Amino acid sequence: MSIWEYANPKRFMGWSGTVLPWFAVLAAGLLTTGLVWGFFFTPNDFRQGSTVKIIYLHVPSAWIAINAYLMMFVCSLIWLIRRHHVSALAAKAAAPVGLAMTLIALATGALWGKPMWGTYWVWDPRLTSFLILALFYIGYIGLWSAIEDRDTAADLTSVLAMVGAVFALLSRYAVLFWNQGLHQGTTVTIADGAQQENISTVFFVPLLLSMGGFTLLFVTLVLLGTRSEVMERRLAVLRKKAQIL
Amino acid sequence: MNVDLGKYASDVLAAYGVGIAVLTVMVLAYVFRHRRMSRNLLDQESKSND
Amino acid sequence: MRAILIRDLRLSFRAGGGFGLALVFFLILIVLTPFAVGNDPVVLSKVSIGVIWIGALLACLLSLDRLFAHDFEDGTLEALVVSPLPLEMVVLIKVIVHWLTTGLPLAVLAPIFGAMLGLPAQAGLMIAVTLSIGTLGLSAIGGFGSALTVGVKRGGLLLSLLVLPMYVPTLIFGAMAARQTASGGDPTIALTILGAITLTGIATLPFVAAMVLRMNVR
Repeated sequence: MSIWEYANPKRFMGWSGTVLPWFAVLAAGLLTTGLVWGFFFTPNDFRQGSTVKIIYLHVPSAWIAINAYLMMFVCSLIWLIRRHHVSALAAKAAAPVGLAMTLIALATGALWGKPMWGTYWVWDPRLTSFLILALFYIGYIGLWSAIEDRDTAADLTSVLAMVGAVFALLSRYAVLFWNQGLHQGTTVTIADGAQQENISTVFFVPLLLSMGGFTLLFVTLVLLGTRSEVMERRLAVLRKKAQIL
Repeated sequence: MNVDLGKYASDVLAAYGVGIAVLTVMVLAYVFRHRRMSRNLLDQESKSND
Repeated sequence: MRAILIRDLRLSFRAGGGFGLALVFFLILIVLTPFAVGNDPVVLSKVSIGVIWIGALLACLLSLDRLFAHDFEDGTLEALVVSPLPLEMVVLIKVIVHWLTTGLPLAVLAPIFGAMLGLPAQAGLMIAVTLSIGTLGLSAIGGFGSALTVGVKRGGLLLSLLVLPMYVPTLIFGAMAARQTASGGDPTIALTILGAITLTGIATLPFVAAMVLRMNVR
């Protein structure tokens, strides 16, 4: 059996319904553990004080904000090439999560920046790129809701996601040129983070848990949202049939 | 257990407040939409069958 | 092909076609600037390049939503899609017409408007050059955005939302080159990247826009 069979809407509704509760429970568990551990049971950093605790929200949300767009890109590509409806709907379901995560990353970043940099907002490359990313999410969601015909909407938003990805990357590097920033480089690389002591283990373990929790939450919400979209489509078809009869 | 947030308490609490609030709103929105769709679909299917 | 070029040019010069509109809009924006930031010549000359670039961005948006909309509504677009003429070429022509009627005149007049805002004289030529290169890229990006929203009623706002974030790289390098010249620096790098963005855009985006238009009329 080919892997694409799982993308058949009916089969999708079957397996996603089965795994959804498991994902939800796991996501809630990991997220709670990570955040509670991070908030209550980590020491304050000697330079950053208690603000270091914001990292348990900031880094995972930023990570999802970027990967959600990546996922939308892949799903859009699959839709354009293989015409699996579930794929297009999954991309649609991921966008609001991505936008929310971008906003969390921006808000927590600003709240961290106030005591650390002395200002809520600087036009730093990373901050600016995230703001642009948020605009791309808003545009994508706006285009979905503006077009009535569902398949056309899926087509157009997919193309937008692809072209948008190119421009988002281009903006990322353009913004780097424009201003070398204040923001510290990425300190959390999964593979070598713990070994290189970029960030000490006391902070690293709860952060990893939190990132896992955010990732699972993302998967759960995308599954849930995709199920809603599939049902909405089926509903529309049934209503149309009922009208004709 | 370390709950001594020191002089940055307001910033840390605000960050957690905003973060958790956004997460909650988002989760609720997705759950409610899923419920509404399931209910509507069941209604419609039972209607179509009679 | 030449017929389409001439037809579109003629349509845009006709009353309500949007040719003068962008220029007047641009002029008003320049006139409004001193009221907003104060008439201190030092401040004005500092913000002049930024204001001119932002003004050009917004002026380019003005007539974008009608780039394909008229042809979509009256069915010309469907005829163009099935005609033997490659749709990509039609899109390219429309993009170029848009540039000829908005971007290029703006670029030509920009040094005069710049002088009104106290732009240093040596930057006047550079702002015309960067604008004329940059706005061609903007027109290409705008053509893509316009193709996306052609089926949306009142798509103007959505169009700006989609297109403006994509203008960021062009804006960054265009304004950067002009600012570097104004401060006596060497604008070569910024100018090269600006040219690269525009060339890539004009070479690839018409294909994407044509694909999108086909999706829309299907």
